[in-house]
Amino acid sequence: MNLVGNVFFAVMAVLSLLGAVGTVSARNPIRSAVGLLLTIVGIAGLFLRLNAQFMGAIQLIVYAGAVVVLFVFVVMLLGPDASKVPSGPPKGWAARAFAGVLMAFFALGAGFLVFRARENLWLFTPVSPQHGSVELVGRELFTKALVPFELTTALLIVAVVGAIAVARAHGDQKAKAKPERLAPQKLFHGPLHPRDAGHPLVKERA
Amino acid sequence: MQTLGLAVEHYVILAGVIFTLGSIGFLVRRNVLVQLMCIELMLNSVNLLLVAFNRVYPANMAGQIFAFFIIAVAAAEAAVGLAIVLAFYRLKGTVMSDEGDSLKL
Repeated sequence: MNLVGNVFFAVMAVLSLLGAVGTVSARNPIRSAVGLLLTIVGIAGLFLRLNAQFMGAIQLIVYAGAVVVLFVFVVMLLGPDASKVPSGPPKGWAARAFAGVLMAFFALGAGFLVFRARENLWLFTPVSPQHGSVELVGRELFTKALVPFELTTALLIVAVVGAIAVARAHGDQKAKAKPERLAPQKLFHGPLHPRDAGHPLVKERA
Repeated sequence: MQTLGLAVEHYVILAGVIFTLGSIGFLVRRNVLVQLMCIELMLNSVNLLLVAFNRVYPANMAGQIFAFFIIAVAAAEAAVGLAIVLAFYRLKGTVMSDEGDSLKL
C-alpha cells in the first residue's frame, strides 16, 4: 500500500510539474491552458492521496470543468490575436528576470529551511477514513464556516455581474438609436396592399 | 523503510516549486492570458499546501475549508480577470501586458 501510494504521489507530482512547466513555457495560450489542466488534474490526484476526496472532486469540477473552459473560451474569442508575439525586447526585462531569480531564490531557501526545521521528516500518521469526506467537510462548512460560506454566494454574484458589465460590448448606444424613419414610398417599391396592385404610389410624371 | 514514507516536506517542496514556476511565469510572460493562468498555478500550489497540512493536523478541517474558499475566490477572480482581458483587447487590439500603459503620463 505504501509503495503504491508513493508511486501514485510521484506520478501525480511529475504530472503537475510538467503541466506547470508547459503553462509557463508554451508559446500558444491554448497549450498553456492544457498545461494548466494537467497541473490541476495532478493536484486533484495529490488531494486524493491526502485523504481529501471532497477537495479532489471540487478541484476537478471547478478548475478543470469551469476555469480552464473559461480560459479556452477566451482564447477562442480572441482568435489568432491571443498568441501574437510583439517584436522587440519586452519593457523592463532586466527587472523581470531579476524578480524571477529572486523569487526562485526565496522559494529554494524556504524549502531548505523546511527541511532543516525538524530532525526527522514529518511523516503522515494514519487518520480515520472519515477524514476529508463530504460528510465531515460539509458539517464543518455549515456550522463553523457558515457565514463565510454564505458570503461566498454574494462574492460569486458580484463577480458574475461585474464580469458581464466589464466584458459587454459598449456598442449598444448605436443599437438603441432609433432607425431613421423612411417614407413608405421609399421602403416599398411595390404596392402596400394587394388592392393597390396596378396603381403605383408614386405617380410617374406625365 | 521509514524514510520511504511520505512526509509534509515532500508536499512543501512540490508546492514551492509550482508556486515558483507560477510566479516566474507571471513575471516573465507578457501575454495577459498566460499571466492569469500562472496566477491560477500559484493558487493551486497554496491549496495543495493547505490540504497537506490539514492531513498532519486532522483534528479539524480548517485547511480544507480554507482551500474550498480559495477555490471559490479563484473562480470569481478568473471570471472577472478574463472579462478585463476582453475589455483590454477591445481597447488595445492586443493582449500583451506591455500595451497596458494608458495610465502612464
